[in-house]
Amino acid sequence: MVTIPFGIQVLFAGLLFLIGLVGLLVRRNIIFMLMSIEVMFNSAGLVFIIAGSHWAQPDGQVMFIFILTVAAAEVSVGLALILQMFHHFRTLDADKLSNLKDIKTEN
Amino acid sequence: MGGGDRGGGTMNIIFYIAAMVAIVSTILAISGRNAIHALLLLIVSLLSISVIFFILGAPFIAALEVIIYAGAIMVLFIFVIMMLNVGLESETESKWLRPRMWIIPSLLTFILLVDFLVTLKNMKYQEFQGQIILPKQVGISLFTTYLLGVEIAAMLLLAGIVGAYHLGRQKKKVIHRFLDSKEEILADDVGI
Repeated sequence: MVTIPFGIQVLFAGLLFLIGLVGLLVRRNIIFMLMSIEVMFNSAGLVFIIAGSHWAQPDGQVMFIFILTVAAAEVSVGLALILQMFHHFRTLDADKLSNLKDIKTEN
Repeated sequence: MGGGDRGGGTMNIIFYIAAMVAIVSTILAISGRNAIHALLLLIVSLLSISVIFFILGAPFIAALEVIIYAGAIMVLFIFVIMMLNVGLESETESKWLRPRMWIIPSLLTFILLVDFLVTLKNMKYQEFQGQIILPKQVGISLFTTYLLGVEIAAMLLLAGIVGAYHLGRQKKKVIHRFLDSKEEILADDVGI
């Protein structure tokens, strides 16, 4: 078993979360934005696992399973939305969707 | 701790190696240009996090991470990228991806990191004593204490299926020739 201090393990999860946050803020390609959200989900689950291991309770792993479910549902709907977006606008750029105008007048 | 003394050193080294691999591959995945390469790097990151789960005493979750995250969700991403079939580079993105554009978001998240470090420093916690939690305990907890959560997760997945089906459906094509031509004329008039 690992004997690394609790703080360092949580710090690793926080670093991973912040990397995902930077990716979400910087990237405009919507597929990369969705991937960054996946990274953030994953690091949140990692914190649950670390805490569950620390206090020797199975609840952390149960919560990770729920996070996995939410991530799977979110990704399936998000990717379907990306397909729709690509059919309508022929682009993956999230900035192109920032106007609420009609499609015809926009192009 | 009896469990901590047995091979604790090698396990710690494995933890640090896996953590480094995860962070480096995630950074490369987030900053890459080619979407397929980024996805493969993200799979490397997920696998190394799975290693961490395993040595933290969660073997069931390690298996789930490989099967569902690396196996199912990433394959979904790859399918969508292959369906879109584009050179995923947009002009706005190439304008945005200059190194200068990374400064402000990185600075903001660095402030968050400092906050986080200070909080961790002031937090009181005992010595880490990881314990292996077997799938049996997880299953018992999942289907007794968290039964309502399982039901809600089932409904969420159902909603996800219905939503993905509805959103991903192609428009039905009109096969009737008269209706088809009429609709085309109408569409030209209206300008859809």
